[in-house]
Amino acid sequence: MIGVLASGGTVIPNFGQGSSCEVNNGWFCSEWVRAHWSDTLQPALLQHVELAAIAIAIGFVLASALAFAGFRFRLLDPPIGVFADFLYTIPSLALFQLLVPFTGVNETTVEIALVSYTLLILYRNMLEGLRSVPPDALEAARGSGFTRLQTLVRVELPLALPAVIAGLRIATVSTISIATVAAFVIPKGLGQPIFTALQQDVFKTEILTAGGLTVALALCADGLLVLAQRALTPWTRVGRAA
Amino acid sequence: MTLLGDQFRPGTFPDALRFIWHNAGFLLARTGEHLELSFAALGIALLLSLPLGLWLGHRHRGLFLAVSVSNVGRALPSLVLIAVGLTILGVGFWNNTAALVVLAVPPILTNAYFGVDGVDRDVVEAARGMGLSELQVLLRVELPLGLPLVIAGIRIAAIFVIATATIAAVAGGGGLGEVIVNQASYGLAGVVGASLCVSALAFLTALLLTLLLRAFSRRPDPIS
Repeated sequence: MIGVLASGGTVIPNFGQGSSCEVNNGWFCSEWVRAHWSDTLQPALLQHVELAAIAIAIGFVLASALAFAGFRFRLLDPPIGVFADFLYTIPSLALFQLLVPFTGVNETTVEIALVSYTLLILYRNMLEGLRSVPPDALEAARGSGFTRLQTLVRVELPLALPAVIAGLRIATVSTISIATVAAFVIPKGLGQPIFTALQQDVFKTEILTAGGLTVALALCADGLLVLAQRALTPWTRVGRAA
Repeated sequence: MTLLGDQFRPGTFPDALRFIWHNAGFLLARTGEHLELSFAALGIALLLSLPLGLWLGHRHRGLFLAVSVSNVGRALPSLVLIAVGLTILGVGFWNNTAALVVLAVPPILTNAYFGVDGVDRDVVEAARGMGLSELQVLLRVELPLGLPLVIAGIRIAAIFVIATATIAAVAGGGGLGEVIVNQASYGLAGVVGASLCVSALAFLTALLLTLLLRAFSRRPDPIS
């Protein structure tokens, strides 16, 4: 304990009065996890879900609008694609800091950055999905007297759904992953306990638990989207079942 | 304009440019560190994953490996990798390199696999029929045809590595991230200035690989 303070940390460790396994800083201290689940880990997990969910929802709406624009007007596709790709190349930590002069140190900054990383993959997959609709299906829709809107809603969108959900899976998993970096800007999400632990003489239990929770969250979200796809596109399984 | 609250400080950008101008040597040294770490990680990742991905793609084996490596890789947050690397290897160059390698392997491996795996089987058969050995088939036929996808994977890995090398500053990685995470010493102008530098670095790297990609995806002359 004294060693921790003497090593020059300006932050007072929150495992100061803890049991021996917290002070020893071994690989995993279950006592610490139990003691700090409700005041550290659970709030961070819920904040993380919130940060990611808002970003994915906004990103999905924006990317849909862009994809429809790029699908309807082919000329718009290259500039949108290049712009989304440009946003994707900016390192997350730098993008957060570049937004701070405009939007301040708050959640808006974090959400703008997270949304901008979802655009590329969502846009590309939606567009690819819409474009991959077989001409025969469109011909059949026209033959059945569908209007343009009906064709879009009842033929093109359902057939594009597998590609859209594939994009959503990648975007969701990457957003949950990048949201840990948000802790550099605002003290929220699962990056926060990792950050605290790094400043407190690399407290391993906190790093491994928060890191494990982030990965578990990403895999759970991915699994849920797989289930959603199975429920929404039953026809894609017909071939395999037969 | 509630979005642009009282923290709206457009003057930061001229200040940041001034910071870059006055500290050009310092920032160049940080950029050098940044590139050193990124190149080391990307080089090791290429050595590890490119031959494996190409060979698996050539044999049309290991689809499960190629797909799950990329799925799991995407779920591993960069900050977590850096922090866990720190717990295992301690502060320094190698813990960060190791974390970056783990991050760079999945896109390279998966794209190399699918690049080679997706080459037209008739073409490959024709090459075998002409008496090319398996290695020749891979290097002279499948690799050139699958190269755009292979380079696309390297491009994604390079973007990941440069972005995460920035975060590596929390684990003593040096580089431009060191300025970004140290607002107390360099001020907001320094932080934004370094952010601009690292963004430019990432953008130029991506651009370079895009040009490379374009050069190799151009179809050969039909006359030759």
